[in-house]
Amino acid sequence: MDIYLPIAEISENVFVLLALGGGVGFLSGLFGVGGGFLTTPLLIFIGIPPAVAVATGANQTLAASVSGTIAHFRRGNVDFKMGGILVAGGIVGSVFGVWLFGLLRALGQLELAISFAYVVLLGSLGPLMIIESWRAMRRQGATGLPQRKLHQHTWLHGLPLKMRFPKSRLYVSALLPLGLGFVVGILSAIMGVGGGFIMVPAMIYLIGMPTLVVIGTSLFQIIFVTANVTFLQATQNQTVDVLLALILLAGAVIGAEFGTRFSAKLRGEQLRALLGVIILAVGLKIFVDLFLPPLDLYSLAFAP
Amino acid sequence: MMRRLRHTALGLFALLALALSAGPARAQALVADLSDHFIAITTGFIGTDVLLFGAIEGEGDVVVVLRGPSGRELVRRKSRVAGIFVNDKDMAFANVPTFYSVSSNRPLGEILSPNVRMRHEIGFDTLRFTPEQTADAADLPLADTFRQALIRNKQRADLYVEDPGKVVFLGARLFRTRVYFPSNLPTGSYTADVYLVRGGAVISAQSTPLVVSKVGFGAEVYDFAYNWPMAYGALAVLLALLAGWLAALLFRRT
Repeated sequence: MDIYLPIAEISENVFVLLALGGGVGFLSGLFGVGGGFLTTPLLIFIGIPPAVAVATGANQTLAASVSGTIAHFRRGNVDFKMGGILVAGGIVGSVFGVWLFGLLRALGQLELAISFAYVVLLGSLGPLMIIESWRAMRRQGATGLPQRKLHQHTWLHGLPLKMRFPKSRLYVSALLPLGLGFVVGILSAIMGVGGGFIMVPAMIYLIGMPTLVVIGTSLFQIIFVTANVTFLQATQNQTVDVLLALILLAGAVIGAEFGTRFSAKLRGEQLRALLGVIILAVGLKIFVDLFLPPLDLYSLAFAP
Repeated sequence: MMRRLRHTALGLFALLALALSAGPARAQALVADLSDHFIAITTGFIGTDVLLFGAIEGEGDVVVVLRGPSGRELVRRKSRVAGIFVNDKDMAFANVPTFYSVSSNRPLGEILSPNVRMRHEIGFDTLRFTPEQTADAADLPLADTFRQALIRNKQRADLYVEDPGKVVFLGARLFRTRVYFPSNLPTGSYTADVYLVRGGAVISAQSTPLVVSKVGFGAEVYDFAYNWPMAYGALAVLLALLAGWLAALLFRRT
């Protein structure tokens, strides 16, 4: 059954879209990740115009993050002060990102920029996850826990504008979350992702936040930033396909439910290694595609 | 849909045949019509066929040209930079038909001279679109490469079609052809021009309009997104929040 997507302006099979949403939803339920970094490239693989895939990916990530945020909010796992500063950085970053998106599109370099961003991020994230989980699996065989200082002081802690964050029990420069939010805001606008996969490790290792509040606070930031990206993409580039986002979400909701149930049966380190392999495979596919000669060196561009 | 189409076509054929045989000797040299004058791009649109049929008086060949609204097209060229394919040059063309299909009962070269084809814009090579004035456009061989690339890309998208032999005669006077409109069809006012050719000259021509428009839910979403982008953006955000919240309610674990 084909359905005509009004903004993408092409027909796609509903079941392919539901399966795509469901598959990514399953992975996100299994691993507890947003999955936006898989949705956007997969949409491009099946022929959705990259500009629409990115903007719609942000819209879908927004919907998918709501339930998680509600759950963490109920448990009180959100550091609102830290979250607020991350959001402030994220809003500025996403405004800049959407502007950059429009500029790259007009120059004809948007698709290349999206591919580059994905190759760099997926290509570094995948191997990191594989190595990390491999180490964890080895460590379990050995005795003793990993040695890590409670507070590692680096030059980052010498930055000005220091602030107290009672919830996270931290005294760090506000420039850290502001800068992190800014970077993630740009990524969200150009890649159509929430950016949790960058933000969570950065919050733990760079800012030094306690793991308990990290997920809730990052989801809090993702909601505001993806909402802003959706709004700006819709007003400036007209690339948000609501129908596509809703179909993907319907699949994702069901997939995530199965993923969550299935995750209870698997061990954490193995799961993480598996996700790392999937991420690396998607990154490699995009990387290889950069070098393959296209069907035709000439193409018709979006002409305003 | 196809059956209904065939029925109306057959009915009209019978009528045409009747009119032509019963009428006086001074009948029109060429009569033609389309099975549909309106193509609706709905949410379920996957492309459609439109039947063009008619009758001619006396000997002759028939050429059918379907043309969509004209617009600006931008062609980009990729080159290899450090092994990676990168867009490095582009050229814009004005007055390019968004859709262009030619069908005839014999190859165009056998029916019409280049001059006549040029005058009526019959065939890809006769289309009068030109590049917008830039330094690159002054380089004629380069401009021509871009022009060929434009036509090639349009052909690959099924938006430009040249099909000699697609016009079929039933007996000496009745003819028909089928024009395929793909799912990525641009909207707007189209014209179907039918030419009766005898001895290398166009002796009769008829022009029939055809409108392609988005209708239904998809059309409303599209219009809304382009005419009220702020409201559309706000709605997209609210819809996502609501859908996410509903999903959370639906699968709430206790």
